[in-house]
Amino acid sequence: MVTYLSLIVLLPLAAIASKAFSDGFGTFWDAVSQPQAVAALKLTVICSLIVVAINAVMGTLIAWVLVRDEFPGKGIVNSVIDLPFALPTIVASLTLLTLYGKDSPFGIDAAYTKAAVVIALLFVTLPFVVRAVQPLLLSLDRDMESAAESLGAGRARIFRQIVFPNLAPGIAAGVALAFARALGEFGALVLISGNVPYKTEVASVFIRGQIESDNIVGAAAVSVVLLAVSMTLLAFVNLIQKWGLRHER
Amino acid sequence: MSLSSSNKSKRSIQALLLLALIAFGAIVVGCGSSDDDGGSGGSGGDKVQLVAYSTPQTAYEEGLEPAFNETDAGKGVSFSNSFGASGDQSRAVEAGQPAGYVNFALETDVTRLVDSGQVSKDWQDNKYKGIVTNSVVSIVTRPGNPEGVKSFQDIIDKDLEVVTPNPFTSGGARWNIMAIYGAAIHDGQTPDQALDTVKQILSQAPVQPASARDALQAFVGGAGDVLISYENEAIAAQNADQDVDYVVPDSTILIEQPAAVTVDAPKSATDFLDFLWSDEGQKIWAEQGYRPVNKSLVDESKFPTPKDEFTIAEFGGWDKVADEFFDDKTGSIAEVEKELGVSTEG
Repeated sequence: MVTYLSLIVLLPLAAIASKAFSDGFGTFWDAVSQPQAVAALKLTVICSLIVVAINAVMGTLIAWVLVRDEFPGKGIVNSVIDLPFALPTIVASLTLLTLYGKDSPFGIDAAYTKAAVVIALLFVTLPFVVRAVQPLLLSLDRDMESAAESLGAGRARIFRQIVFPNLAPGIAAGVALAFARALGEFGALVLISGNVPYKTEVASVFIRGQIESDNIVGAAAVSVVLLAVSMTLLAFVNLIQKWGLRHER
Repeated sequence: MSLSSSNKSKRSIQALLLLALIAFGAIVVGCGSSDDDGGSGGSGGDKVQLVAYSTPQTAYEEGLEPAFNETDAGKGVSFSNSFGASGDQSRAVEAGQPAGYVNFALETDVTRLVDSGQVSKDWQDNKYKGIVTNSVVSIVTRPGNPEGVKSFQDIIDKDLEVVTPNPFTSGGARWNIMAIYGAAIHDGQTPDQALDTVKQILSQAPVQPASARDALQAFVGGAGDVLISYENEAIAAQNADQDVDYVVPDSTILIEQPAAVTVDAPKSATDFLDFLWSDEGQKIWAEQGYRPVNKSLVDESKFPTPKDEFTIAEFGGWDKVADEFFDDKTGSIAEVEKELGVSTEG
């Protein structure tokens, strides 16, 4: 178990970190503080935050509908949720370009803008929150809600004080996964984001450029920053989960 | 809840692994391990392990390899083909991917293998200086060239939207930049003015796709008024029934695509390279949209030589140009992109 984890996860992570710092901290800092890297990281983090905020709300709503409502074709919808995982990301990029590009059948031309980055990320990260919240909703004891209702609580209050605290850990877990995924996404973005440095170039495309320029240390350095941002959010989510846990008891 | 929490951290680590893999692969390359066993072409000598950039795939598989098998030297020779982005392919070979014959979009991708000892230092000591095909940087337009574009300067004068790949992710995109730069120099501009011209054209690019193929995809998908690309890409697009036209500017750069055999390649790889340089091989290249390096075989009706054709040698060769223009921190193009970014931010 330990060996497996080391080979698959710890070793690669350690290798990136050691590569990033292989020429000393000064080189690392130069690589991550150069304006093009900063712009790419900023765009990536901001878009990812917007994406997970939308996911938190929409993902919970979708999970709610899938668990609490009955409608024809529910089984199909339920299985469609996971398709963004199954589709090769480059195909997703191509499809989104057709739908939301210049020849969009809906008249939405978002291609090569920051909005395109958000749309593509929304697509690939959709399943995370839905799938994390669904089991919690299923196991949620509906008697609690009935009891609250009979005691005179309104729907909003039931949601705020009974349902939400029970779902919060799931939402948080889904958000954390979606965020990590969004930070590193490459394939789904590469065709539909403009890749224009300083404007629509995301971190993963910037890293690609560093590798293409034979600047492996720079590529590793920017990756380490992405890892650090993910770690920070994961720690934050752990805090929220503890808070959720307290409310559960 | 502990279950969900451990599950969560496990899966998020998986997501992070994506990043891990990118850099891990990079580290393997960084170590510069050249695997002698893997690099050998095999003792059989009847198999050519071909590693090349992506655009000539059709040319090899449907034209050149079958034709080589018809020759005396090529009888019974089999091929294992690997195609991909030029830089990636070169780095893969450096890291140990078996290769007998290599063909890249940029000379620096061969130089990398010379540095690692996998390609002989004298790979350019032949009639065509290691170059197996030529092309020119051209301007791809909508059908019928409605804007009447004839030169790079026209893109500025007519204020057109242009698609050109990101020069940092696409090695090939660097030919485009040097074509614009060189044409400006030949028009009498100083180096600073020429860089301003490049800057102006980049500022008219709403999208800088990651590779030449992505750029073509974006253009065909409706982005931009014109696309800057290789002539052979434009011809390939037309052969694939894409509705585009192209113009070869009077003043543009000659693209030179290098090929070499590795030091421990079997004789069949050398035979194959010789075949590619033969009249027969060069004619097949021409059918596929590449300009023959043997000038006597260039069909002027299909491949008119631009009035003012220049080469990368004029700017000191790729090694110098890569440093001076495309270094990601100190290069003048990095500087240009930075100025563009700053001026439009906020």
